[in-house]
Amino acid sequence: MKMLAIDTSNFVMGVAVVEENKVIGEIITNLKKNHSVRVMNAVESLLKDCDITPSELDRIVVAHGPGSYTGVRIGVTIAKTLAWTLNIPLIGVSSLEALAANGRYFDGYIAPLFDARRQQLYTGLYEWNNERGLVEVESDRLVINKEWAEHLKSYNKPILFIGNDLPMHEEALKEVLGEQAVLAHVQQFNPRPSELAFLGMKKEPQSVHTFVPNYIRLAEAEANWLASQQKG
Amino acid sequence: MGEFMNENQLILALETSCDETAAAVIRNGHEIVANVVASQIESHKRFGGVVPEIASRHHVEQITVVVEETLNQANLTFADIDAIAVTEGPGLVGALLIGVNAAKALAFAHQKPLIGVHHIAGHIYANQLIKKLEFPLLSLVVSGGHTELVYMESHGQFKVIGETRDDAAGEAYDKVARTLSLPYPGGPHIDRLAHEGEPLIDLPRAWLEEGSYDFSFSGLKSAVINTVHNAKQKGEEILPQTLAASFQASVIDVLVTKTVKAAKEYNVKQVLLAGGVAANKGLRAALEEAFAPLSNIELIIPPLSLCTDNAAMIGAAASVRFAQGKRSDMSLNANPGLDLEE
Ligand SMILES: [Zn+2]
Repeated sequence: MKMLAIDTSNFVMGVAVVEENKVIGEIITNLKKNHSVRVMNAVESLLKDCDITPSELDRIVVAHGPGSYTGVRIGVTIAKTLAWTLNIPLIGVSSLEALAANGRYFDGYIAPLFDARRQQLYTGLYEWNNERGLVEVESDRLVINKEWAEHLKSYNKPILFIGNDLPMHEEALKEVLGEQAVLAHVQQFNPRPSELAFLGMKKEPQSVHTFVPNYIRLAEAEANWLASQQKG
Repeated sequence: MGEFMNENQLILALETSCDETAAAVIRNGHEIVANVVASQIESHKRFGGVVPEIASRHHVEQITVVVEETLNQANLTFADIDAIAVTEGPGLVGALLIGVNAAKALAFAHQKPLIGVHHIAGHIYANQLIKKLEFPLLSLVVSGGHTELVYMESHGQFKVIGETRDDAAGEAYDKVARTLSLPYPGGPHIDRLAHEGEPLIDLPRAWLEEGSYDFSFSGLKSAVINTVHNAKQKGEEILPQTLAASFQASVIDVLVTKTVKAAKEYNVKQVLLAGGVAANKGLRAALEEAFAPLSNIELIIPPLSLCTDNAAMIGAAASVRFAQGKRSDMSLNANPGLDLEE
């Protein structure tokens, strides 16, 4: 089974081709460049290098968010269009879950994170289990960094924080959690599309037509409109 | 049409530049095989205008559904399709991105040529779906974002001889509609009210300097707002019908007069109306009246369904680019500021 995995949900762009027991190829960049210009080129050149034609793909896995709205939409649009037109299964995986996989074998909890501006984080809590693999402990959310750290205090195990945006939040997290907060290394900051692919292998395919990003947040205009409806 | 090498050329086109998710299949550049438009207008009405983020979200929800519906209606598969076309700009960047990336995925999956199309070229080529184009021609493009006079000497060559210096005509319609507390989108409401009233208020016409084919509607818009404001202060009542009729008379007077003048100066064989405001009944009637005595110029006005955004027009414009060997690659991007003349 040949799977194509795509992640454009944040600045890191990832494309991977994997089989059941093998990562055949992987492209990862951490650049502030336009995903729309680069990602289909990456898919094209990776498949070409791997001698795989689009029609030989068996499954598409995509990071469905959270992340940059526009970034997530680029990956999701490509993934759902490919899955629909090639008539193959489509699986969405949390962008945070894919990042958490970099904390494999950590004895404690894993908190992947993306900056969401104004001291906020997109984050969730995961745990590595030797039999079951990566297990979700707390669902993905949008939260203020210090509130999240306070909340995590109650877990009496070390917590591994991972992500390229960690440096801008580490002070706040350390302030609340002290030694309980373990900071990942920079080599683990980029989510790997091959991890995304293997996570997707274990999940159920989703309906292609109704597949949408997990934005976590309502669009601002929608949130304001709903608030005004409740007041009125 | 002689310029097409392949006599059964089939193009699948996508259009997502604003608030319509659209796909179409066009045969030989002029025949609509299938044409599907999913409008989001009901969703945007509550906000009083198109919200870009909401538009982008709806496009993601709709895109594969719309393409599937199009191919089903056409009773075709990708094996039958010669090329994939898509609007690359101008428009809302987040909205454009959905069409562009879906089109790239389709072109890649089936190893088909990809063609990026200018949205305004699409509006102009909507006319090719009803008549064979004869050059030179002049097109009056009027929409929510554009008011332009475009001269064409041959297929795929666009020269903008006049454009708005401030608001587009459609924008002025929406703002005046808001002043009159009419629901979004305001254009059709103004058009309807204008037919029920008389243009009794003398509103300004921006002719600009001698010989210019440019437009300006911001002064007119302000004049309408001032008229309403002054009347309110004096406790007088102005009938919305009168105001709508007066406003529409000013807009149409300028559009039609400049179009006729340019058509004569450039000696064109055809004048094409294009863009969403082309659905305006007042404008259609005034153009027909103005061009009736000019028997050497053919006036073409597309049916309403081809004036608003659709993908059939993108497929028609793409067929010319396809025949001319123009291709896009996998780095095709949404370009909200795309230049028509390039
Ligand atoms: Zn348009």
